[in-house]
Amino acid sequence: MDRSTRERQWNSSEARLRGLLMAGLAGDEGAYLSFLRELSGHLRAFFRHRVAGMPSEVEDLVQETLLAIHNQRHSYDAGQPLTAWLHAIAKYKIVDLYRFRSSHGAVTASIDDVEAVLAFQDRDAEDARIDVEGMLATLPDHLRLPIVLVKLQGLSVREAAEATGMSESAVKVGVHRGLKRLAAWIREGK
Amino acid sequence: MRTDDLVLMLATGSRHAGGDAFGRRLPVALAAGTGIAILQMTLFLGIRPDLGSAAAGADFWIKIAVPCALMAAALGLVLRLGRPGARMGPLPGLAAMPVALLWCLAAVSLFGAEPARWPKLLLGETWAVCPFLIAFLAAPMFVSSFWTLRDLAPVRLRLAGAAAGLLSGATGAVVYSLHCPEMAYPFVATWYVLGMLMPVPLGAYLGPRLLRW
Repeated sequence: MDRSTRERQWNSSEARLRGLLMAGLAGDEGAYLSFLRELSGHLRAFFRHRVAGMPSEVEDLVQETLLAIHNQRHSYDAGQPLTAWLHAIAKYKIVDLYRFRSSHGAVTASIDDVEAVLAFQDRDAEDARIDVEGMLATLPDHLRLPIVLVKLQGLSVREAAEATGMSESAVKVGVHRGLKRLAAWIREGK
Repeated sequence: MRTDDLVLMLATGSRHAGGDAFGRRLPVALAAGTGIAILQMTLFLGIRPDLGSAAAGADFWIKIAVPCALMAAALGLVLRLGRPGARMGPLPGLAAMPVALLWCLAAVSLFGAEPARWPKLLLGETWAVCPFLIAFLAAPMFVSSFWTLRDLAPVRLRLAGAAAGLLSGATGAVVYSLHCPEMAYPFVATWYVLGMLMPVPLGAYLGPRLLRW
């Protein structure tokens, strides 16, 4: 792909994904789902070219980064290019992998190319080694139940509160803290 | 879990369980970090008895304005470094400016004085304890700014930790200046600056250890 084609592709991805994320942050779950789906293809392509020595790490990185982006989605500032925000997080996750987990491998392409994060799509998901479902099962009830009911079974917060006897705010906090706990476990390689 | 299922899980219910607003902890952290430092200062050190008359002079306000400006710049840095992909912009320069100004005032004061008075201007009565007491008063803000950063999303952990250290050092200096009787610019330009910088390397050391997410 030559430079100008790539730039066009990047521009249109930036605009479309940004629109989807903004709608998602405003409460449109369909738009948010499309955002995350499209983003996962971009992330997979980005990581696959950069940790080429360790194909098994790619899908783990994709999932870890998606979880990180979701947990910190409010750190996106509407006045900022989405690409810069996404790239900073994706790059951070690669750096974190090598610096803190003494992974033996090398970064195989520049991780500083900001536009590259949205330049390609890769729909060919391998199996991840990390087991989010298994980790979920070992969360304590006050974190696990809100996630299972709201995020896997699709109940509303009120329905989940009635089903568990928890307050609605405890359900919301449980979802949020539970996902953060999962992210921490993945990071620590539990 | 397959990635498609993870994505579906993350999107489902994202409308209700919205997560936290960016920087939600900051007001609490600032209030606690400053408030506890003031409490420490009044309990263990005491407000300087001549505060009323000192506050009538411009020197006192310059001595307070320098760490206040540094606090503001460091706060901006903490917020920028807590947001992935945000640029620091002119903030490092803005943080350096009040210190540079202070050093100019110190140089003017030294060169306008007899060399025999230089040790007095530089060392005052309290040089040996000043930086340590500033670091002591910085401790609450150090903890609370790390607590804030842990809720943000820093990707440059060492820098973010250093900025938190600078914020706490500047806070310590502001509060300490309500106790400290030293008024000479050469003293402030040396020992206050040293005290404010003491938490910075500690922050840079702890950043990568405490701020991963």
